[in-house]
Amino acid sequence: MKYLDEYRDAELAQGLLEQIRRERKRPWVLMEVCGGQTHSIVKFGIDNLLPKEIELVHGPGCPVCVTPLELIDKAHAIASRPEVIFCSFGDMLRVPGSECDLLTVKSRGADVRVVYSPLECLKIARKHPDRQVVFFAIGFETTAPANAMLVWRAKQDGLENVSVLVSHVLVPPALEAILDSPWNRVQGFLGPGHVCAIMGYQEYEEICARFHVPIVITGFEPVDLLEGVLMAVRQLEEGRAEVENQYVRAVTRAGNIAARKIVSSVFRVCARKWRGVGPIPHSGYRLREEFEAFDAERRFEVGTIVTQESPVCISGEVLRGVKKPHDCLAFGIECTPAHPLGATMVSSEGACAAYFQYGRYQKVGVGE
Amino acid sequence: MADENKRRNMPGELCPAPVIDHKQIVLGHGSGGKLTQDLIEKIFLPSFRNDYLARLNDQAVLELKGSRIAFTTDSFVVTPIFFPGGDIGRLAVNGTVNDLAMSGAVPRFIAAAFILEEGLAADDLVRVVESMRQAAADASVLLVTGDTKVVNRGKGDQVFITTTGLGILERPVTISADQARPGDRILLSGAIGDHGMAIMSRREGLEFEGPMESDTAPLDTLVAAMLEASEQIHCLRDPTRGGVATVLNEIAARSQVGMELDGRSIPVRESVKGACEILGLDPLYVANEGKLVAVVAPEAADAVLNRMRAHPLGRDACCIGEVVAAHPRRVLVKTEIGGSRILDVMMGEPLPRIC
Repeated sequence: MKYLDEYRDAELAQGLLEQIRRERKRPWVLMEVCGGQTHSIVKFGIDNLLPKEIELVHGPGCPVCVTPLELIDKAHAIASRPEVIFCSFGDMLRVPGSECDLLTVKSRGADVRVVYSPLECLKIARKHPDRQVVFFAIGFETTAPANAMLVWRAKQDGLENVSVLVSHVLVPPALEAILDSPWNRVQGFLGPGHVCAIMGYQEYEEICARFHVPIVITGFEPVDLLEGVLMAVRQLEEGRAEVENQYVRAVTRAGNIAARKIVSSVFRVCARKWRGVGPIPHSGYRLREEFEAFDAERRFEVGTIVTQESPVCISGEVLRGVKKPHDCLAFGIECTPAHPLGATMVSSEGACAAYFQYGRYQKVGVGE
Repeated sequence: MADENKRRNMPGELCPAPVIDHKQIVLGHGSGGKLTQDLIEKIFLPSFRNDYLARLNDQAVLELKGSRIAFTTDSFVVTPIFFPGGDIGRLAVNGTVNDLAMSGAVPRFIAAAFILEEGLAADDLVRVVESMRQAAADASVLLVTGDTKVVNRGKGDQVFITTTGLGILERPVTISADQARPGDRILLSGAIGDHGMAIMSRREGLEFEGPMESDTAPLDTLVAAMLEASEQIHCLRDPTRGGVATVLNEIAARSQVGMELDGRSIPVRESVKGACEILGLDPLYVANEGKLVAVVAPEAADAVLNRMRAHPLGRDACCIGEVVAAHPRRVLVKTEIGGSRILDVMMGEPLPRIC
């Protein structure tokens, strides 16, 4: 398939691996920021192909994983109301709240629907003027433009039966939180390709300079990831710390100006809680005042719901790159994709789920 | 707590007090993946356990007065009932024909039960029935008995069909998921994922470039041709719900063997590959309705493969891997770039990813 096969080319990949082996002199710890990158790394077995002196730790970039428990409980409370049609991206449906997941809420009679684009909610709202259509607006900067567009269009079209439950998070403050931590081991980042396709990479230049850490904005296919690793290793070996752009076919320094404009006209930056990590200042979006009428938390008065997370789960440490999924005692035993205890086991992009699905709890290799 | 969890993971010892982890049935219990297995192992098997059922094949092979008879049943609840490449009627006949054929039997008779929702257009029912007539004629099976019920509007989804089938084993073969042996070759009859993605794109109103049609087809003549080439066919499965990944895991588990696949050799149409990429789905877990996976003795593999390729439903057949003695119950895939990964059983419904 065009634009795909060339980035999964075995010869190119082997060439990059050879170059990484040649240029690497010291051991390095790199973090891939995005869940999509983690997924590819494990799916294609990239971490097993890299020299063992290069350790990849998995970053906090899975939007499903970092959505706080409290917000999921609020989603369940809203979805359970008879007048509500609750719309969500597919993989949010299996995220465990403190009692169950949205699939179970659905099995009890709630009207929960998977949508592929937030804008589908407009159609649903027009079709059911007597019902309340609520969209679970989660994600990083990548999904923010489409979610913002939903709210903007709902206001334009006077669709009063639309609202959004917002849990938007932002990458740069999370990277700063990781780098600020006394336990930090990360020496270089494979930056979030899709986030930067929207936002550009100006924000990352400041982080590079402040923490003297290389950030290579990287794509999601095997050849992208290997090239990203090579560029990061090269910077580390040469003592450089810059923002470099591996993902040139999608990312520019300024990003997508139109998308940024709609985001900033609908959302404003606020503090957000991250599941497993806790609150991080300036790390999320909330609706601007002029759009607050579309805030589902207000409309359905669920602001009082407060919840605690499972004490067994180490997803916070996994998200910060301090621990690996199989360091957890519950991994693969009490905690599986069918019965996730914590966020990182839930989404197929979560580090624990990726490890479980691709069998990293038992190391075996194909016909060595 | 630890003890309780341990017990829960040993389904064989749960009788007579079945435990399932969900208090309610969720859609994932019908996905064909891990949750479906849970339901079978924790609720159905403990109550009905017998030697035939315990083989957990898609059909039972019964010995009746010197004849070997294959017997199967299957329900069809697809939305929408008409989709590119077929409809629920064709699916209901082909699905049962294929379940019989996967034992090496020649399908002969079919029974059909219809659950109709009040308000269903009579013309739609006529279309479905005409399509079943055509499919039965194509597979040379007779529909010999049936039943009809009507439920209140909103209590069904247009039409549900259950088909039960009966076939005769004319050859002395034992084709079963527990017959795979190290060294056997794993053959696949063609490109995967067509049915699942055709249904999903129609159901969700997604428009993708390139044609996407269900592959629904009766596989009985393909199986007959394969058995003519060699009777050394150990396992046959049609990878419907849960896809190729799920049937290979089932065979690996039932036969206590490992498997090694070459990811590059598994055929997937460009349109299906593209749709899967966009939705974050893996074609290995997507449903097929006109494909089969065969585990064949190594010395017979070439002959069987050649015969498959000479059949219209096996033109793109290929060898996708090998059964091994190492790592029993695990299916490994060698990836495009030379890495490796484990192909696990699907948990519940495949859910499209956020980004």
